[in-house]
Amino acid sequence: MGRFWAAFVVAVFLPPAALAETGRVSTFALPNGLQGVVIEDNRAPVVTHMLWYRAGAADEPVSKSGLAHFVEHLLFKGTRNLGPGAFDRIIRENGGQGNAFTSYDYTGYFQRVARDRLSLMMQLEADRMVNLVLDEEIVRIERDVVLEERTTRTDSDPGALLSEHRRAAQFMNHPYGLPIIGWRHEIEDLSLHDALDFYKTYYAPNNAILIVAGDVTPEEVKVLAEEYYGHLPRSETLPERVRPQEPPQISPRRLTYSDPRERQPYLVRSYLAPNRASGAQAGAAALTMLSYILGGTGVTSLLGEELQINRNTAVFSRAWYSGTSLDPDSFVIYAQPRPGVSLQELEDAIDAVIADLIANGFEAGKLDRLKARMRAEDIYKLDNHAGRARTYGRALTTGLTVEDVQSWPEILQAVTRKDIMAAAAKVFDINKSVTSWMVVDGWENSP
Amino acid sequence: MIRLVFAICIALLSVPATARIKIEEVVSPGGIKARFVNEPSIPFVSLAIGFRGGASLDPDGKVGVTSMMTALLEEGTGDLDARGFAEAAEALAAKFRFETRRDSIRITAEVLTENRDAALALLRRAIVEPAFTEDAISRVRARYLAGIEQNMQTPRYLAGQRMSELSYPGHAYSNPVDGTLASITALTRDDLVEMHRRAMSMDHLVVSAVGDITAEELGRLIDHLAEGLPGTGVPLPPDAEFAATGGVSVIEIPTPQSTAVWAHPGLSRDDPDFMAAFVMNHILGGGFGSRLMTELRVNRGLTYGVYSYFVYNTAHSVHLAGAVTSANGTVAEVMNVIRTEWDRMATEGVTEEELEIAKKNLTGSYALRFDGNTRIAGILQSMQIDNFPDNYVNIRNDLVRAVTVEDIRRVASEMLDTGALRFVVAGQPEGLVATDHGVSEK
Repeated sequence: MGRFWAAFVVAVFLPPAALAETGRVSTFALPNGLQGVVIEDNRAPVVTHMLWYRAGAADEPVSKSGLAHFVEHLLFKGTRNLGPGAFDRIIRENGGQGNAFTSYDYTGYFQRVARDRLSLMMQLEADRMVNLVLDEEIVRIERDVVLEERTTRTDSDPGALLSEHRRAAQFMNHPYGLPIIGWRHEIEDLSLHDALDFYKTYYAPNNAILIVAGDVTPEEVKVLAEEYYGHLPRSETLPERVRPQEPPQISPRRLTYSDPRERQPYLVRSYLAPNRASGAQAGAAALTMLSYILGGTGVTSLLGEELQINRNTAVFSRAWYSGTSLDPDSFVIYAQPRPGVSLQELEDAIDAVIADLIANGFEAGKLDRLKARMRAEDIYKLDNHAGRARTYGRALTTGLTVEDVQSWPEILQAVTRKDIMAAAAKVFDINKSVTSWMVVDGWENSP
Repeated sequence: MIRLVFAICIALLSVPATARIKIEEVVSPGGIKARFVNEPSIPFVSLAIGFRGGASLDPDGKVGVTSMMTALLEEGTGDLDARGFAEAAEALAAKFRFETRRDSIRITAEVLTENRDAALALLRRAIVEPAFTEDAISRVRARYLAGIEQNMQTPRYLAGQRMSELSYPGHAYSNPVDGTLASITALTRDDLVEMHRRAMSMDHLVVSAVGDITAEELGRLIDHLAEGLPGTGVPLPPDAEFAATGGVSVIEIPTPQSTAVWAHPGLSRDDPDFMAAFVMNHILGGGFGSRLMTELRVNRGLTYGVYSYFVYNTAHSVHLAGAVTSANGTVAEVMNVIRTEWDRMATEGVTEEELEIAKKNLTGSYALRFDGNTRIAGILQSMQIDNFPDNYVNIRNDLVRAVTVEDIRRVASEMLDTGALRFVVAGQPEGLVATDHGVSEK
């Protein structure tokens, strides 16, 4: 099976994506420390304007979980120059779309607009970097919105609740173990004072990255950035991003959870895993390839083949790893059993796949096909300039450089089968793992 | 036999704000029409192959058969089993996606210029000659059943499904696209084979393509891709009448937050007032800056999000729908605010200033949708499936600009009737009285 098609592997000799006419990337820096990245795509007269801050949930003070995300919400509430509601209104009447997002290592704001509105977006974003105005009433109402958001995203979803517990068990000391949206009791206590403190500490040009993607030239973006962001004062008191690190993890952790709202059992196993390090990304590259080989898309991965086809124990399986974080995060495996298959049987089957991978490796053609696909993916990605902007934003807020982003595809291509086996042997250390079971009563007896 | 390849460019359309995109209509040598954009700057093409009908073609008692059939297309063809097909696609670095919606089957392919013919030959085998092996059916069935189990713990799914039943009783639109535990369990291989023949036919086919391909090349490719499809499939379902009446239904499920969805009669997309109604809804519930978001989230902190939108089942059955989540203790208050805003719009309409902002937003943001090959291919596909006129992209912003406050006042007072609002609430809402007897867990 697949022999005929394998002939096409040699047929995929792609030009490097960098040679395509769309997607050129350049950078600049302003004297006040603001970093700029420009991604050119002149197929449509549209731009994506993003401002990223090197501040996220893992930078919050103790007992203030959810603060970074709360501040993100409050940034839409008005400034010395704009009254309440004016920000949304200006975006709306300029035909724009915008939003914001918060993660462990960053907070980002973005707008998509016609190219001639770029300067206005910069003006708005620069204004709220330094001129935010809040009061008790605004903070009280927005805190209710965030509590509703937490109910929607987490408390109404048994899977999200279990995942929150799993992270809390995976990270015994590092703030990656806290929920980004915050624990409910801590959100309830977030104050105006907390919000302004965090804002004043982290919102400054030398802690921000400007990314403009779309129908622009690097020259015009730089001129506009100087005009709107150039006068903002740099912060002289930016804290160093040093978070509490994990102690040696010497004991596997296990969680079970059952919830009357959940009718489909599954298991999630996570292992502590190193992150991409600037200038030394080979280890993370091997883990990335391992995640695809073990549990990438569909039935061609090792877990898919073994669990979904050969043994018929799972209806779905997946593995993922994202090394793009400031500190070590995790490598995750997920599987849903077929009716009648217990979670223990499923877990045993996963462990057997892992043991076999470490001992015997895998068919070499898998890696060739994966590499061909990833080379093609670099071309497909050029179609989505907003997605590429996010890739740069995530990297530059997690200690990586533009060069790291640009060399990453080649580092991935250089990964060998031996590298992947070695990465597997190292990362799959049960003592550094959490195994969580979503238990549904009576599942084993179902037909 | 060598077939003469010729493609005629029937019409040249352009999106005003995105003048660089030229949408062409192409007819293949075999007579298949396609909308397409030549965009050679990235060496790949995004191809969208659609079939009108979708889940609405499911026969009685076989709910979900179109969806499961479509899911099986990538699970094997000829001598390739599921793994063989996936490996072949990977080796060609081609990306295929198969999706079933209420009114269409949508297949999208992203393929590299350098092996385009081979990639689409593989896709053709999946579309025209799927194997439907018992092994694949058993696996996909298990996956569907697991998905349905998960849906049945999701308040949004439960409320939406109940609303579909209230809105289009007896019509295919009342059925869940992915079937029920009972219907999926009962499906046989014959059902799937039969549905493939009935749903994926030339008369339902809709093609669009954007990327590094010429009109001639596209014409030749789509003829090859469709070779072997039956000429006619099962007829599309009759127009559906929106039948939900005013009231409140409650689905009791244990969760800290209620999800409320609502539906209300709309008007046909052919109605001369449709665009006025569309702009009116944008002011009422179209995201940040809309009246509902401002009143419920910004001013009161009662919800994370609230949206109101038109649901186009077909051009002739369009209704106004919406959704909001709020704590069990506050959802009744949220519904009262929605009713108040509904009344206010029906009696007062909108201000000149609100209309001006809405027009600027709708016309200015239209171009934002056209910023990627895959996105444009999807838009061209939707426009064909939903029977938008050929020149719609050219006239759409003018239609928006032509709407006046008087138009909106008229359409709002004629169309909006707070008494006709039907809510379905899933959760444990407090202080809410259901007006029907459908109070049970589904």
